[in-house]
Amino acid sequence: MEEPENNPKFNRRKFFATGLRASFLLGIGGVAALVAKRSIAGGMVWQLDPAKCVQCGRCATNCVMAPSAVKCVHVYAMCGYCDLCGGYFKPETKTLTTAAENQLCPVNAIKRKFVEDPFFEYTIEEPLCIGCGKCVKGCGSFGNGSLQLQVRHNICVNCNHCSIARNCPSDAFSRLPASQPYLLRQVSVENQITAKTPGR
Amino acid sequence: MIRIKTYKPLRPGGKKRKRLALVFLLFLLTTQFLNVYGVQRFPKPEFESGYFQPETLQPAGRAEMLAIMDVFFLVLSLAIVTWLVLKKRSRTGVFWMSLASLAYFGFYRQGCVCSIGAIQNMTLALFDKSYVLPLSAIAFFILPLIVTLFFGRTFCAGVCPFGAMQDLVSFNPQKAGPKLNTVLGLIPYIYLGLAVLYAATGTDFIICRYDPFVGIFRFNASFGMFIFAGALLISGIFIARPYCRFLCPYGVLLNWVSRFSWKHLTITPAQCIQCRLCEDSCPYDAIDMPVTGKNPEIRTATLRKMILICLLIPFFTVLGGWTGSQLHETLAGVNGKVRLSRALLQPAQTTGQPESIEITAFKSSGKPVSQLYAETSLLLKKFYTGGWVLGCFLGLVFGITLAYRMVTTYKTDYTPNKGACFSCARCVDFCPVTLNNNTPKLT
Repeated sequence: MEEPENNPKFNRRKFFATGLRASFLLGIGGVAALVAKRSIAGGMVWQLDPAKCVQCGRCATNCVMAPSAVKCVHVYAMCGYCDLCGGYFKPETKTLTTAAENQLCPVNAIKRKFVEDPFFEYTIEEPLCIGCGKCVKGCGSFGNGSLQLQVRHNICVNCNHCSIARNCPSDAFSRLPASQPYLLRQVSVENQITAKTPGR
Repeated sequence: MIRIKTYKPLRPGGKKRKRLALVFLLFLLTTQFLNVYGVQRFPKPEFESGYFQPETLQPAGRAEMLAIMDVFFLVLSLAIVTWLVLKKRSRTGVFWMSLASLAYFGFYRQGCVCSIGAIQNMTLALFDKSYVLPLSAIAFFILPLIVTLFFGRTFCAGVCPFGAMQDLVSFNPQKAGPKLNTVLGLIPYIYLGLAVLYAATGTDFIICRYDPFVGIFRFNASFGMFIFAGALLISGIFIARPYCRFLCPYGVLLNWVSRFSWKHLTITPAQCIQCRLCEDSCPYDAIDMPVTGKNPEIRTATLRKMILICLLIPFFTVLGGWTGSQLHETLAGVNGKVRLSRALLQPAQTTGQPESIEITAFKSSGKPVSQLYAETSLLLKKFYTGGWVLGCFLGLVFGITLAYRMVTTYKTDYTPNKGACFSCARCVDFCPVTLNNNTPKLT
């Protein structure tokens, strides 16, 4: 059954090589076909779910970007425009002034602006924000929870595996389709329920 | 809504109680919403000064077109480098292409997504049915493999930014010797095995985590990774491409595939004239020297060798598998869920240590502990199976490597080792043979 060894056109070695090459090709193609069904052209991005977030502060330190790609995002529609803002002032603050010692934000990234008596508008200066979540915790504990942490996709480099996600204690990070890259909580209860439903 | 279902039916005649219960129920429902969703404590004010409420900005990420462009550039650079290596046989061309790839895939795309890391995306996709992976990850995994299957590892030569980076610093490459090469060459198999195990169990992407060069591409790395990258680049001056040869897990796959490549870079364009000029040209020890010892081996000795090999390979495979299965709890210790369960199972702390954030976060999530434990035991089972598979794989690799060291293959010419050769085309410049002037006579 031996192939003629001296025939350069076709010998045993070549036969095995061709067979193996074909099986490799089939294998690679098969694996690709198996996963291709579940692939998405636009890609996936990382995002954190504010409903799961416990504001541990690791977003500020674990991101590959410095400062972090996670920023505090203000959902104005949820804000109460409080004078005594739980996200702006430290809990023990006596006077409601913009003095540095009163501010919760360590980097002065929240701007407080008078709107009309007794309401104030709070704006996040994102280039300054380090994503520590101190204000988010304050707003969630004492206010409406309109300050929320989110991955900002204009800054995020979309690592294959997010380095914050692997250190997140509450498992709040997940991959989202790039066409719907944000998980902000909105004001109405119905919206919140749909946002909470698994398999959104 | 669950509370309504579990509420006990009322006795007849208790209309007042019914109403009371309803109020109570409503109260329960509202408090529940308050806890879970944080309903507005302070209603939105109705502004009289004509204040315009700003919109919450949601900046989009990278456009989809750019992901397609990445794949396009991958195909283009693979095609150009393969042409340069096989047709033009031009080292200079490969060098400039590798610089271009370093600029695009390295410094512009910042090393993500890369073919090496795509191993994990593919593995996770195969094992986790809920994981949706980007199409570009599949392309980055598949395309270099297919090109390698036909033309050798041209991807390593001029497309991979990691290889290009290390190629730039290999000023004074030294020969490592076959023994050191074989021993260190086992590390990529371990790395690949662990990467697949941790990706398959959804634990972590360790290739990306311990990626030494991504920090350089981003001009931003942790101290440990900076030291690692620095050490690799400095040792790369003397040991050419240390990551590619002794760490890269994708290199393992490319090595396998390249052994059966249809075409491959040849040192000489025509007939080798045994001039030995190329002998020291390869910085990666990837040129197989001619072995022409024609003393026929003693038949009984070769038979004994053959039997030994046939016994050693299954022995190492089983031994490796058993060792891997014994180590599965240690291997599983990397998994966050397993770690959390272990922390929760530890006896009540006597040392007044503060509770870890993980435990606090878990308690506040409202997930039952039993569910976590069930998930953990399932994970441990996966790690047990995975430990067996990983161990068997490594044992098999070890056995085959030993067998390779035991057998001699006779050959007459200087040829690149198809598995290890990066197709960088350095050796080509050393060959005096030209295609037109076939086999010049050495005098």
